[in-house]
Amino acid sequence: MSWRYEARLSGSGGQGLILAGKILAEAAAIYENKNATQSQSYGPEARGGASRSEVIIADGDIDFPKATRLDLLLSLTQEACDKYVCDLKDDGLLIVDSKYVKQIPEGAFRVIATPIAEVAENEVGRAVTANMVALGIIVGATKVVSAESAEKAISARVPRGSEELNLKAFRLGLEGALAAQA
Amino acid sequence: MASMDTDAHVGPVLMTGNEAVAHAAMKAGLGFFAGYPITPSTEIAETLSAMLPRAGGVFIQMEDEIAAMSAIIGGSLAGAKTLTATSGPGFSLKQEAIGYACLTEVPCVIVNVMRGGPSTGLPTLPAQGDVMQARWGTHGDHPVVAYCPERVEEAYLLTLKCFEVAERLRTPVMLLMDEIVGHVTERVIFPVKGAFEVTSNRETTLSPEDYRPYGYDQQLPPPLVPFGKGYRYHVSGLMHDETGFPSSDTANGDRELRWLMSKVENNREMVIDVELVNMEDADIMLFAYGASARSAKGAMRLAREEGLKVGLFRPRSIWPFAYDELKAAAQGVKAIISIEMNLGQLTNEVKLAVEGQVPVVPFFKVGGEPVLPAEILETIRGV
Repeated sequence: MSWRYEARLSGSGGQGLILAGKILAEAAAIYENKNATQSQSYGPEARGGASRSEVIIADGDIDFPKATRLDLLLSLTQEACDKYVCDLKDDGLLIVDSKYVKQIPEGAFRVIATPIAEVAENEVGRAVTANMVALGIIVGATKVVSAESAEKAISARVPRGSEELNLKAFRLGLEGALAAQA
Repeated sequence: MASMDTDAHVGPVLMTGNEAVAHAAMKAGLGFFAGYPITPSTEIAETLSAMLPRAGGVFIQMEDEIAAMSAIIGGSLAGAKTLTATSGPGFSLKQEAIGYACLTEVPCVIVNVMRGGPSTGLPTLPAQGDVMQARWGTHGDHPVVAYCPERVEEAYLLTLKCFEVAERLRTPVMLLMDEIVGHVTERVIFPVKGAFEVTSNRETTLSPEDYRPYGYDQQLPPPLVPFGKGYRYHVSGLMHDETGFPSSDTANGDRELRWLMSKVENNREMVIDVELVNMEDADIMLFAYGASARSAKGAMRLAREEGLKVGLFRPRSIWPFAYDELKAAAQGVKAIISIEMNLGQLTNEVKLAVEGQVPVVPFFKVGGEPVLPAEILETIRGV
């Protein structure tokens, strides 16, 4: 069976998880010549409400484009973490924002708990870059795409003029994850 | 007037189904879009609001849905290839004018990115609730052509097909998508520049005196010469004769209505489009369309790994329904599992097609969660 990687980025509406998912998919599909899909589920609200963004990366055809057995779960809220952790594989990875996810579910999976929003606010200087900090952690911890591909995709997808800010956020997340592994 | 934007994106690119529809419409030579934004179709209007004016076309956000539908009929009569995009609630509002386009034989394309209904329903969640509305939403016998893509690349290709069929058959053609296909972002490679030229059926060799906008005796309708070219004719939602002027002659009414239906029936080869997968040795046939077909393909992959002989019949053309093709494909299978994100709208057509010869097992899911391959696999195991 061909390789298939399933990721779900979860939190609440307005946190930029759909964009982060698109960038992850683009890094794989455009810059690494794999197949990738990104899809989402969200409520009618512009902000708030449960939001999830799913990315499938595969070396073959992707039939069903939704994630059901997660290799990676990112949760920026406790609610999202509690709701989705049941879909995480035993050898999967859970990444949470440690400020908002206080109760980390138990399981065989690996856990990375980092104050993602605080890093964005204090070290990048913009709370809205939390999604890029999270993306950096994902790429550093999983290497599902290379940092170089992710940076190209970020530059191509974020609003013009915000590239440097978003890349700074991404690199902070990336370096944090790499340092934790060292 | 294929736009430069379209030709620049020959791929691979990462794009949503809604964006692909907009790019394909530009490739088809779209000249006029009128619509009213509605989730989950809004990105079609959003994308075209940027692309279309740059290519010299006209984009109008109308005051409501029926006005948008009426506007694209008018735009088509003025010679443009026209498009509107909506979702279930807006599709309901368009229905009166869709019937008008059918009877006046004005080509146009209507995209409906389906959501859960009835009424406002579940605006952001996937469903396939408008399959029968597409068929019978407007009153009276009328021809309907509707396509249903399962992925982004196919949304692009079937949008081109919608324009082609609309132009050649001079009838409104629908693209029925669901939220999953509309919003999924995936890797696509589009046809290269110039690989697809949509027919234009707008010029005649006849003089204005001899030209008749309506004809009831050919395989295909006569060209629809745009207003403003010196060809004067009438357009009416009343039954009409070859000149377009109203006629209450009953024999004419009979002839006209039978013509409207037959121009689609007699061109089934142009219109019907189905995909068969793994049907060579299958003893269970899955029937699915749109995003549900991707769930079915996932289930088929899992079932084949268990040694179960499962195949798939997937209509890309929903209307007219592929009765003959389905009946032929179902020869020798012991059961059909019909998978829909509604409570069984096309399943009745599946039953009609096989005429009781093959049991049809329902798999219906509503409420806004996509169909999971593992759920279908359970049903397959139980057959």
